[in-house]
Amino acid sequence: MSSAIRDVWVLTWRNLLHLRREPARLSDATVQPVLFTLLFVYVLGAGMVLPGGGAYKQYAISGLLAMNLVTSAIGTAVGLADDLGTGVIDRFRTLAMWKPAVLVGRSVTDIATAALCGGFVVLTGLVIGWRPHAGVLSVAAGLGIFLVFSYALSWGVGCIGLLTRDAEASNGIGLVVLFPLAIVSNALVPTQHMPAILRVIADWNPVSAVTAASRKLLGNPNPSAGSHAWPMQHPVVAALLWSALLLAIFAPLATRIYRTRTAD
Amino acid sequence: MTRDLMIETQALRKRFGDTQALDGLDLSAPAGSVLGVLGPNGAGKTTAVRVLTTLTRPDAGTAMIAGIDVVRDPAAVQRKIGVAAHDATVDEALTGCQNLVMIGRLSGLSGRAARARAGDLLEQFTLTEAAERPVKGYSGGMRRRLDLAAALVTHPPVLFLDEPTTGLDPTSRLRMWDVIRGLVADGTTLLLTTQYLDEADELADRIVVVDHGRAIAEGTAGELKSQTGGARLEVTLSEPDAQAADALEPHVSGSVSVSVDGLHLRAPVAGGDGLATTVVRALDQADITVEDVQVRPPSLDDVFLALTSPVAAHV
Repeated sequence: MSSAIRDVWVLTWRNLLHLRREPARLSDATVQPVLFTLLFVYVLGAGMVLPGGGAYKQYAISGLLAMNLVTSAIGTAVGLADDLGTGVIDRFRTLAMWKPAVLVGRSVTDIATAALCGGFVVLTGLVIGWRPHAGVLSVAAGLGIFLVFSYALSWGVGCIGLLTRDAEASNGIGLVVLFPLAIVSNALVPTQHMPAILRVIADWNPVSAVTAASRKLLGNPNPSAGSHAWPMQHPVVAALLWSALLLAIFAPLATRIYRTRTAD
Repeated sequence: MTRDLMIETQALRKRFGDTQALDGLDLSAPAGSVLGVLGPNGAGKTTAVRVLTTLTRPDAGTAMIAGIDVVRDPAAVQRKIGVAAHDATVDEALTGCQNLVMIGRLSGLSGRAARARAGDLLEQFTLTEAAERPVKGYSGGMRRRLDLAAALVTHPPVLFLDEPTTGLDPTSRLRMWDVIRGLVADGTTLLLTTQYLDEADELADRIVVVDHGRAIAEGTAGELKSQTGGARLEVTLSEPDAQAADALEPHVSGSVSVSVDGLHLRAPVAGGDGLATTVVRALDQADITVEDVQVRPPSLDDVFLALTSPVAAHV
């Protein structure tokens, strides 16, 4: 087991070196969160009235965390597609190492970039006047729940990279899947005024669960509490269940795809 | 009998779609020997290496490394082997040193041991100067040397080099040969695939000629040469002469071919001492001036052509 941990660590180190070599790859986790936060709060927020009251700024930070983390998860797909497109995977396969370390190391790298990305959103939020209203532990949980969800989601997004084996294609497909996932949710717009069907989808969207859970834990405005959908009534449990479900489905699936894609 | 074989395949078969990449391939290499696997593009050389290095599962047949079955216990095989493939399998974004340290760590070395080993290998392959630069900027020759160094990190007793000099310029190629000779002196068992006869001739103890996924000939370079028969007589005249071919006829073992300009004549000969003298005398008596006479032993190229292409063999 210790050798498995070592192999995961070595490959995480290797992925982080890649990011250091190509800082442009990190723009999803550095420039984008700052830009999105400012744009959404000041442009979209200018005309937004929240059901039940509260300032959009206070409402938006959890949603922007969700939005940024979900879209930057594409990095997992791109990274894995890049790896599969080069001979270095063959090198790993001939070494007496713990083979799933290639995937696990990638997912651990993504936790690190997700933390970086989330950090930028939170910092930008603090600068423009967003404040949590809860105890330290509750705030930590309100932010940490995004890391749990991001980690689970990265395994799903990783499957795209493993299937396409092409960085460009992964980027394109990833966006088509992840952008609606982030938008058709309570992340940036309260679901109350959505058309009935969209509202049902949004209330059951895992992104809504994790966003509502975060708002609740951070003590920020959470209009979704007014929804009768079960996940909106129990957002923390729902967010954790969604994360567990994503992980239970996609971790074995990614491992399986990886095995078949690299065997011939 | 098979006790001392470090590399052994029996009736290995592998099919990719419509292509029978391996069609009952038998290979064997005793400990400490160099086996050259020679064949044209698409002969199945790379597939054979991929099966032996646990990258590809064979459809049928067995492949063993040091007596361990590659399908049944790939992890144990991976601890015995080093691989350098012809499309260099190093990480472009990392430096040469980081690549070697990473492979050392993944192979179970401690951080300190991996760094020390990386330093030694970089020096051995004259890459010390480039050690801290990303591999992206390496030349083809440097990349191959790094790939080979990567294969050697764990001191593997069995080494696979898949077309180690394909695409290299002549200087880098000669340098690579020196490196490989050095490895062999350490007692490593080596399987080397190549499209180049001179490379197989130069480096291998035994050569297996592979075509369409099968071994079509096997032996030392000398044995293979003698398999395709005798030597070849090459005569160059000072000026064309219609009588020259007839004058040569009694001394050769086949038909005489004359070049378009009429200056160069070639024919297979049975060999034998004094043949060149006899030929010069015969031509002299026919009043033909000779510029040059050579009796050449068959080159491995002749062997290769004769074995891999039935059409060429009969021309």
